[in-house]
Amino acid sequence: MQQARSAPILKVQDLAIAYETRKGDITAVRNVSFEIRRGETLGIVGESGCGKSTVAFGIVNFLGRNGRITGGRILFQGQDLVGRSEEELRRLRGDRIAMVYQDPMQALNPSLRIGEQLSEVLVVHRGMKRKEAEERCMQMLQRVYMPDPASVMRRYPHQLSGGQQQRVVIAMALLNDPALLIMDEPTTALDVTVEAAVLDLVEELQKDFDTAIMYISHNLGVIARVSDTVGVMYAGELVERAPVVDVFLRPHHPYTQGLMRCVPRLGMDKASSYLYPIKGRVPPPDHLPPGCVFEPRCPYARPACCETRPELRQVADGHWARCLFAEEVAQSVWAPSDEVPARLPAIHAAAADDKPLLVVRDARTYYEVPSRQLMGRKQLVKAVDGVSVEVRRGQTLGIVGESGCGKTTLVKTIVGMEKPTGGEFEFMGVDIAVPVSKRSLEVIRNLQMVFQNPDSTLNPSFSVGQQIAWPLRRFRKVPHNQVRGEVIRLLEMMKLGERYYDRLPRQLSGGEKQRVGIARAIAGLPAMVLCDEPVSALDVSVQAAVLNLLLEIQAELGTTMVFIAHDLSVVRFFCDYIAVMYLGHVVESGPVEAIYAPPYHPYTEALLSAVPFPDPTVEQKSIRLSGSVPSALNPPSGCRFHTRCPRKLGEICERETPPWQDAGNGHRIFCHIPLEELRKVEAVVTVPKKTDN
Amino acid sequence: MTVAADLGKSLDTGKRRWRRVWESVSVIFRSRVAVVGLSIVIFWVLVAIFAPVLAPHSPFAQDSAAINKPPSPTHPLGTDHLGRDILSRLIYGSRTILLLAPISVLCSVALGTLLGLIGGYYGGLVDEVVMRILDAIMAFPTILLYLIIISAIGPSAFNVVLAITFVGAPGIARLVRSLTLDIRVRDFVAAAKLRGDSDWRIMFVEILPNARGPLIIDAMLRVGYAIFAIGTLGFLGLGLPPPTPDWGGMINEARKYIWTNPLGVLWPAIAISSLVVGLNLFADGLREETTRYQ
Repeated sequence: MQQARSAPILKVQDLAIAYETRKGDITAVRNVSFEIRRGETLGIVGESGCGKSTVAFGIVNFLGRNGRITGGRILFQGQDLVGRSEEELRRLRGDRIAMVYQDPMQALNPSLRIGEQLSEVLVVHRGMKRKEAEERCMQMLQRVYMPDPASVMRRYPHQLSGGQQQRVVIAMALLNDPALLIMDEPTTALDVTVEAAVLDLVEELQKDFDTAIMYISHNLGVIARVSDTVGVMYAGELVERAPVVDVFLRPHHPYTQGLMRCVPRLGMDKASSYLYPIKGRVPPPDHLPPGCVFEPRCPYARPACCETRPELRQVADGHWARCLFAEEVAQSVWAPSDEVPARLPAIHAAAADDKPLLVVRDARTYYEVPSRQLMGRKQLVKAVDGVSVEVRRGQTLGIVGESGCGKTTLVKTIVGMEKPTGGEFEFMGVDIAVPVSKRSLEVIRNLQMVFQNPDSTLNPSFSVGQQIAWPLRRFRKVPHNQVRGEVIRLLEMMKLGERYYDRLPRQLSGGEKQRVGIARAIAGLPAMVLCDEPVSALDVSVQAAVLNLLLEIQAELGTTMVFIAHDLSVVRFFCDYIAVMYLGHVVESGPVEAIYAPPYHPYTEALLSAVPFPDPTVEQKSIRLSGSVPSALNPPSGCRFHTRCPRKLGEICERETPPWQDAGNGHRIFCHIPLEELRKVEAVVTVPKKTDN
Repeated sequence: MTVAADLGKSLDTGKRRWRRVWESVSVIFRSRVAVVGLSIVIFWVLVAIFAPVLAPHSPFAQDSAAINKPPSPTHPLGTDHLGRDILSRLIYGSRTILLLAPISVLCSVALGTLLGLIGGYYGGLVDEVVMRILDAIMAFPTILLYLIIISAIGPSAFNVVLAITFVGAPGIARLVRSLTLDIRVRDFVAAAKLRGDSDWRIMFVEILPNARGPLIIDAMLRVGYAIFAIGTLGFLGLGLPPPTPDWGGMINEARKYIWTNPLGVLWPAIAISSLVVGLNLFADGLREETTRYQ
């Protein structure tokens, strides 16, 4: 019995996958070997373009018309899957491998009811009777904690929220009791609170069903939470494979180490620590270096690394790394290279008692939506409903909350892209409760924005230089013959250099586009820059570089920033003050350390407990919110959070708007629960004492 | 920075600009369909340019001794009912059509783009008004619209251009509007707005250049339609007034003698269709190649 249990469900040996292109075959994945046992989760992590998904598609033979397996073996329950015909594969694999994708809508047929889609799986694969199948599906939906499964069965996919859709897909994958479940970024598109619930579910199902899971993600925190074993992929190769704790605490490959240094750790803040991005970028699969694939970016690279391609070898018990000098790398104390500036000047303390640069009082932004009924009255979406915040010169305000809480609307109202319905907006002593067209050039120049999506932030028709030159000419009246020099100076400040001047946006990587977007925003030397999730679309190593850049700009130009993000560890690292938003309200605000320690607003507490931290030893309370954010069309009465609040007092929360309670030092909590009670709550996250690497 | 270095740099950027232009032009040569189409079009353009050299006779010279004659060494394509050389008239006819068709398309692109940008960018009531008016125009069958316009203002080269502009603009406006609706929600437009850029700048500098791909291809197809339209108007006697050599008019005149001299209809018909097919092939090939890389 013991023997059968430990036999791997999936064993991949020296897998190589190539895509046929106009330029000939391009090998996207090579020398990948791993195995997954029953009841084990293998987490695969790496930046985009490293071949994580290609491996998954190779296993289920979904490589598309131009992709094929060029070498190696895939043993599923002892049978080789490579080189078999469709028919044989179907017989061997049967319904024993299931896959869950990032976008649940791709897996669900939009024109069929959930019940029909789910029961079809059983009717077709198992030959079950319709009635019986439906009952089984109901049980499965209950199993994945779907609220009100009977009504969900009758609904269409678009009538469910993203988290619910993903649950349906997981339920569908589990219906056949698969031996192997492949999950490709299943929570990337979801909010942290929903993500946490899905991750809990995955963990629980793995225990109950004893399934082998292959979990692919770019998020180190998620991988740390779900995996037993972790495989790190880089440029199509598996560079490190070890039990989760070993990978995170004793990484042996320089790439893994680099990744760990890119993400802000708990307790890090910008005054005392620095993020170290990995230099360079992932090489395209047709231009791999001759030796070790990581050699051009490796801080430890030696001459031998350019010549020999290292093999994956065992460096400790169960710990495999693809590095010639893994033992030395693991022990060496890594020193920052010279490129990294010493300490950022402390500008924050000096400016603290200044008059606030931006004051927003009781801001309200409502949208009208046409009524569903003909001739009906228009309804109002109260996207921002009574928000008050202040930002002082040279400081950074972080705004956090789930999607739909109104953080983007608030920022858009401040920059003048949305018309405020009410409230006071004062910026540099000027009233700015007016659209952009009615503001003075001076106000416009001083209030600029950095956008989230690197692919749409730049105009694809103009070169980088032209796009930065325009705001220079518009805001600073730089003479014609000096514009070019000034643009190049800005590009150099962005660490891009003159050769980027004539490039078009499509020739840039995501991180480079984002830097140009930042350069364009700061070209007019604004007093304040609003950043709407500037790094959430970027890979971790690029994310670190962009965050550093923003910090340097802030240090050099004294720019005040408003920073929207959903990643609470980034916000903690980057911001001085934080406002937590829920459904159009700010529910808690204060200095950053105060937000991350008790007393918490119950919503902040839940958010913090949901964030996946890239450290498997962190202990986190498990508080899960039920349901999703209610509609802003018809927000709950009293405290808006009462429908989901795990600490709800009773009727008072439903009837009365909660009071602002002052916890001292500018820390305010919008809750009925007395402060003394909130203070008694223990910290959500505790980091065990350990020596730092 | 020294002057020489500065000069070198500007030369360098100049070179780069050329390379970029060449890159976008070389797309054409990747598609065989586009190359075939382009060759046909270039053939007719050369014919139009060198008409005086190529034409064996004057397009207006009448030879009463050779009326409705089949091809012969002196008249390679035969003669028409007035004894004029068909080949020479075809060659000179290419001039009028290759001048009028692109001009009228350019005019309708200009008008349609303006209306489409305004409707798409401002949205709301402005969009409703503009689009409903254009819908009303599009509700008429095109040929009927041509007839109404030309019979109202009289046949002349200028009026033909006017009619084609008026009939073509709504379609282009719709295309530009839908592209604008897509582009105006992108972040770089938001960035322009919060820079306080003027609406005109946003429409023509931020949005329009990003709509140029589909717009150019659509315009190319429309030159084909315009040639068709000019031919049709000529056939109906509403085109260019005689004796101007006009392919559509030539078909119309030869129609009466179709039983005695069928070639008189055939030659201009071949000319019209080859030019239209050439333009369509070119546009199709171009569209295929450009969308492949997006």
